[in-house]
Amino acid sequence: MSPLIEVRGLRYRYEDGTDALRGIDFTVYPGETVVLLGANGSGKTTFLLHLNGLLQGEGSVRVCGMDVSPRNFREVRSKVGMVFQDADEQLFMPTVLDDVAFGPLNQGFPAEEAAARARSALARVGLGDIEHRAPYHLSAGEKRRAALAGVLAMEPEILVLDEPTTYLDPPAQRNLIGLLVSLPQAKVVATHDVRFAAALATRAVFFDKGRVAKEGKLDEIVELFQWDWGT
Amino acid sequence: MHIPDNFLSTRVWLTLDGVAAPAVAWVARRAHKGLDEARIPLLGVLGAFVFAAQMVNFPVGVGTSAHLVGGALLTAILGPAPAALVMTAIIATQAFVFQDGGVLALGANVFNMALAGVLAAWVPLRLFSGRRRVSLFLAGFLSVAMSAGLALAELTISGIRMPPRLLALSAGLFAIGAIVEGMITLAAVRAIERLNPRWIGPAPANGSRAWAAIAFAAVLVVVVGLFAASGAPDGVMQIGQWADLHARPVWAAPMADYSLPAGPLWLRRPAAAMLGLGLVGGSAVAASYFLLRRRSS
Amino acid sequence: MHHVVVEQWSRRRSFLHVRDARAKLLVALALLAALATAPASPISAVPFAFLVLTGIAAARLPMASMLRKAAVVLPFSLLFALVEWAAGQPMAGMALLAKSYVSALTVLLLVASTPQPLLLSGMESLGAPRLLVLMAQTLYRYLFVISEQAQHMRLAASCRQGSGARRSRARAFQAAAGALAILFARSYSRAEGIQRAMAARGFTGDFHSLQRRSFNSRDTVFACAGAALAVLAHLVARRP
Repeated sequence: MSPLIEVRGLRYRYEDGTDALRGIDFTVYPGETVVLLGANGSGKTTFLLHLNGLLQGEGSVRVCGMDVSPRNFREVRSKVGMVFQDADEQLFMPTVLDDVAFGPLNQGFPAEEAAARARSALARVGLGDIEHRAPYHLSAGEKRRAALAGVLAMEPEILVLDEPTTYLDPPAQRNLIGLLVSLPQAKVVATHDVRFAAALATRAVFFDKGRVAKEGKLDEIVELFQWDWGT
Repeated sequence: MHIPDNFLSTRVWLTLDGVAAPAVAWVARRAHKGLDEARIPLLGVLGAFVFAAQMVNFPVGVGTSAHLVGGALLTAILGPAPAALVMTAIIATQAFVFQDGGVLALGANVFNMALAGVLAAWVPLRLFSGRRRVSLFLAGFLSVAMSAGLALAELTISGIRMPPRLLALSAGLFAIGAIVEGMITLAAVRAIERLNPRWIGPAPANGSRAWAAIAFAAVLVVVVGLFAASGAPDGVMQIGQWADLHARPVWAAPMADYSLPAGPLWLRRPAAAMLGLGLVGGSAVAASYFLLRRRSS
Repeated sequence: MHHVVVEQWSRRRSFLHVRDARAKLLVALALLAALATAPASPISAVPFAFLVLTGIAAARLPMASMLRKAAVVLPFSLLFALVEWAAGQPMAGMALLAKSYVSALTVLLLVASTPQPLLLSGMESLGAPRLLVLMAQTLYRYLFVISEQAQHMRLAASCRQGSGARRSRARAFQAAAGALAILFARSYSRAEGIQRAMAARGFTGDFHSLQRRSFNSRDTVFACAGAALAVLAHLVARRP
């Protein structure tokens, strides 16, 4: 089976000269859910931004067999659906339906087809009844699911989620876990929430100072780095 | 300074809507040329920022406080055309969503604050780009003085006669408001620069100082002239009368047969006074257009 | 927050809510212009007030709250009404007060019966520059998000002021400038986040939008009838 994501020797340096990523190797196969753990500033978010070319560093990043480079951005961004930490920044259109249709419209679908895709994505995340609401009036959980619908409408093969449980209360977290488990796509999830990770992860990767310090089973990693304060 | 509907006479709001609509369309085209569409969110968000920034109180005296107006700050950050467009979006939102300022008077308010106000801010920024503090203060001062002066003049021409004492008082308050806006603009830009110097666009390169000086003089003449004219409305009316006398045959002839309630009669003296004001403003705009071109080339 | 309430009202359903935004805009402009050109007497506002109140009832909007919200123009109008009164023209002052209030109510009815995205796209198809419309859309979307941040900062600032020693006015002024700069920095990074989120979903510089429903025959009838009523109200105001 060929990998969906294949990253080799990825390095990235911020404009101020700090090394954010110092040689990352990373692979994701179809059907996997890989959880990224690590302290704030360990490079998780910076790494995720390379998966669809929002940041470009040295080394190679391949998605579905394509190099992530400007000439492939269009296809790569259709394959990799990225849900950001701040849902308010992701839901920038005036209504939920407009927002979810934003991706399909950019993929070149005509308005009717885009709206149909948006509606089916909204139904998929359980928000079929709020398409004309303004994003501002949604709860944190609804915002997160609407943001997810926005990328699902593009029918990606990989979902990338950055701290998806931020601002969510426990019921909304459970709801999100159920939803993510039901989605067939491969997933890459950066999170601090070990319970959330345990419910999803098929594999875990620990980031430390811009490097992959360890990868393997979630339990091992949690134990090795004493990442869970609860037990 | 947001003029509601029914304060301006029909000729005044109609004229200014007629001036502002094509001017905004032109500014939008200009702004679009120099702008990556990916940066549209930034303009919109900065519009929301100026709204929110008006909630930050600046202490100015015994128990009173002032807040930012924002035209000069936006001009310093974005340059004149995008700043004028953001201000237009702000003023339109205030009119429609918050009923702050009229919808028919939108042209007047946009002309005063988004077009003339931003122009008045931009000229000193351009002219004294080497002397940052002076130019920032003057930008804030002139933009508010220009907007307020125009608003006063438009109200006066519309036949709202303020007693001289009240007029002097409001002119005085506007002058203080202009000084405060200058101080806030200066302090805010410097504080933003301290956080990240890249956010404030580089001071414009040296262009033709002669033109900038002429534009600056035009702005000064208009600002001073507006306050003087508001103080002596009869003088303005006299000029209007004189211009009307000469212009009436031209206007009246083609419209003489119309019997609509808004027939030839609505083009009367004040319209001529507005025309004069428009000419002076127009020459300032024209002078600055030259500078805009130099900056973008 | 004013606009959040109005936003919710605008998403209700009624005869007025389902009309095309362009039709409502044109009728509102006709009403405003007809009122503005009516004689300077408080009685001029009466037929227009009747039409707008009927509209509020037809849109099933809360009458008392609408009347209260439109009162934002009153302080400004009252000041000038007093000026006119002092100048010996009490009727002109009253007219100013009545007409500006009814105008504000007309605009409020328009925005309370039309969702903002439809209003903006209506304005665009009536000739407003696209860039301006897109910008106004983003401005409106983030107005509350950023205002909320400003409120938090104001709260935090007032907490600090209470405890510390009394600062000089110049220091307080500088502190306010600093707060403004922080608000700016947050707005700026939010804008960058939005730009990133747009790029992540394939945005390359061209805004596409979903088709909006088109002007139907009912909208045409509404626009014509509304304009005719505006003219009628104007004529009534001229010859009482």
